[in-house]
Amino acid sequence: MNTLTRANLAEAIYAQVGLSRNESAALLETVLDRMSAALEAGEAVKISAFGTFMVRQKGQRIGRNPKTGVEVPILPRKVLSFRPSQVLKARINGQPVPRDEARA
Amino acid sequence: MTKSELIAQLAAENPHLRQPDIELIVATIFEEITAALARGDRVELRGFGAFSAKRRDARTGRNPRTGAAVPVAGKAVPYFKPGKELRERVNGGQPQALLRAARTPEQVA
Repeated sequence: MNTLTRANLAEAIYAQVGLSRNESAALLETVLDRMSAALEAGEAVKISAFGTFMVRQKGQRIGRNPKTGVEVPILPRKVLSFRPSQVLKARINGQPVPRDEARA
Repeated sequence: MTKSELIAQLAAENPHLRQPDIELIVATIFEEITAALARGDRVELRGFGAFSAKRRDARTGRNPRTGAAVPVAGKAVPYFKPGKELRERVNGGQPQALLRAARTPEQVA
């Protein structure tokens, strides 16, 4: 199993769009940063045919230190979740892509 | 934020680029991630997160209305694990260590 990194994505932008390698890498970074900023503001990021990134609020609850068994409160926090679109799920399973392309 | 809003924002910030190029850049990013997952590869974007496909075994499901047993084929499910930096940003820059000090076994899993 291979792992793709920023370098591979930047290279793909370079090959597809014909910007310089530097600018391709910078734009990739900008895309990730704008998505992160929206999530930071609590906003969901919906990418059609790919999926939706959303922030969920979790309340405080009582946890336990598994090693010592001591009860400790777990502070309220926000967690990020990703819901893949039907299109992404189908493509990963090598199935025909659902008709409704825009569905996320 | 939707994909078109993301494209509009990038276009406003990069007036030297043509809108179709920006659309192609955004499409290429998500297409590359999708293609990698379809090949069984993973995509790791430090600070943002990692995409991978998790294998689900075949199982016997049930039709909730009739209760009849139905075979469900195995499949791969896309999975995104947010990176440390993004998790902290979403929590208003609070270090994870503070929130994690008291985590429970199911959170570790």
